Amino acid sequence: MNLTLKIWRQPSPDDPGKMVKYHVKDVSPDMSFLEMLDVLNEGLILAGDDPVAFDHDCREGICGMCGMVINGVPHGEQKATTTCQLHMRHFEDGAVVTIEPWRAAPFPVIKDLVVDRSSFDRIIQAGGFVSVPAGAAPDAHAVPVPKDDADDAFDAATCIGCGACVAACPNGSASLFTAAKITHLGSLPQGQPERASRAKAMVERMDLEGFGGCTNTGECTAVCPKGISLDAIARMNADFLRASR
Amino acid sequence: MTAIIERGAATAPVAQSEPPRRRPGFFGSSNGQKAVMAVTGAVLVLFLAGHMVGNLKTFAGAEAFNGYAAWLREVGYPLLPKRGLLTLVEVVLLAAIVLHIWSAVALARRARAARPVKYAARRKSQAGGYVVHVMRWGGLTVALFVAYHLLDLTFGVANPAGGAASPYQRMVEGFAPGRWYVTVFYAVAVVMVGLHLRHGLWSAFQTLGLARGRRGLQGAAGLLSAVLVLGFLSVPFAIMIGAVK
Repeated sequence: MNLTLKIWRQPSPDDPGKMVKYHVKDVSPDMSFLEMLDVLNEGLILAGDDPVAFDHDCREGICGMCGMVINGVPHGEQKATTTCQLHMRHFEDGAVVTIEPWRAAPFPVIKDLVVDRSSFDRIIQAGGFVSVPAGAAPDAHAVPVPKDDADDAFDAATCIGCGACVAACPNGSASLFTAAKITHLGSLPQGQPERASRAKAMVERMDLEGFGGCTNTGECTAVCPKGISLDAIARMNADFLRASR
Repeated sequence: MTAIIERGAATAPVAQSEPPRRRPGFFGSSNGQKAVMAVTGAVLVLFLAGHMVGNLKTFAGAEAFNGYAAWLREVGYPLLPKRGLLTLVEVVLLAAIVLHIWSAVALARRARAARPVKYAARRKSQAGGYVVHVMRWGGLTVALFVAYHLLDLTFGVANPAGGAASPYQRMVEGFAPGRWYVTVFYAVAVVMVGLHLRHGLWSAFQTLGLARGRRGLQGAAGLLSAVLVLGFLSVPFAIMIGAVK
């Protein structure tokens, strides 16, 4: 297949970027979206041009590194799929594909499609942990965890922190990410002692980083490659309110 | 022997930004502002429900409707002063409206700041994308409608019967068949209120952390909104087609 790509090119954080048009030929429908960009970059390198910078690591949908807004949808229109797991068979031959980085003030562009997501790291630092005595690992059955709680925690823990929720949110809110971490830890007995302070500290940090507020549009959960539910945000809200009493 | 493995940092260095000089506090946080919006919205919905049920008195005739209007002014008398409870309700409603708008503006400004660079591709909504427009611009429309509605039926300034006429008189002359355009305008505005409530009602539960795991809540919000819209519209339409004179 042959495609026309319109890609955001920005040489460095301070440069004003622009959309640049490329043509890429002989794309196999079995390629992933990132492999298609690899083909484009090989061509660019041979021609002496600067290849398009994009984040990627595991390329099997579990690390959370990759991500770009494809035709206006983070990770593309395929549901519950990261960009690396999106295959070219979902595109038509001759299609024009627009590719942009995540857009949010707390995600400044480093280069082209690569954004700095360390604001997420700082939200985690604010409270996304449990304080436990270090030492030998406790026996697995030392603290019983009800099955439903374990399921809630696990569902939330599947968040890979890719940032698609922020990119999709009309408010640029990081609520789904923050809520997933709060739900993951707050659902487990080990997370109870810091449950209230965690919610408060992480929400405060999220605001401080410059993310927007949640207006429950549901855009985040619709694009989330892991399908994190809005229930997580309800839990974050409940924990935050309890902490504010 | 100790093997030392040289490797780079696993993640980008996490820069600690300056702590804020003043903690933002509950009302300065996005979640706090959302809670204000939810609680004030709930107050306004309760008022709307009462207002709608009261309007249906129109079908019981002029005496019943005017009697109901008079009763509103003397509820609790002589324990409470005349118009005492009504004035209290008016003050609470005004405060709710002011705080509702304040939180909406605060959250909208936060959202605008969170996305300084817009997407080039038209973002395709993956959820109910219309809600964003219905909530912000719809809210503004509703505010303008409420201003006109008060001038029309409360103060009688914009009403053909005038402020001195009885409430029933104002209602019947205001929506007289010859003034069908007023009824159409009311219909558009009330449907706007209904769409606003359809998202807002569920949203309030979500924001207050009460929506978790309650799948039926969105449907219930839609149903209640529809009941309110139909109840409100039944009166002006009945007058317009001449069923109530």
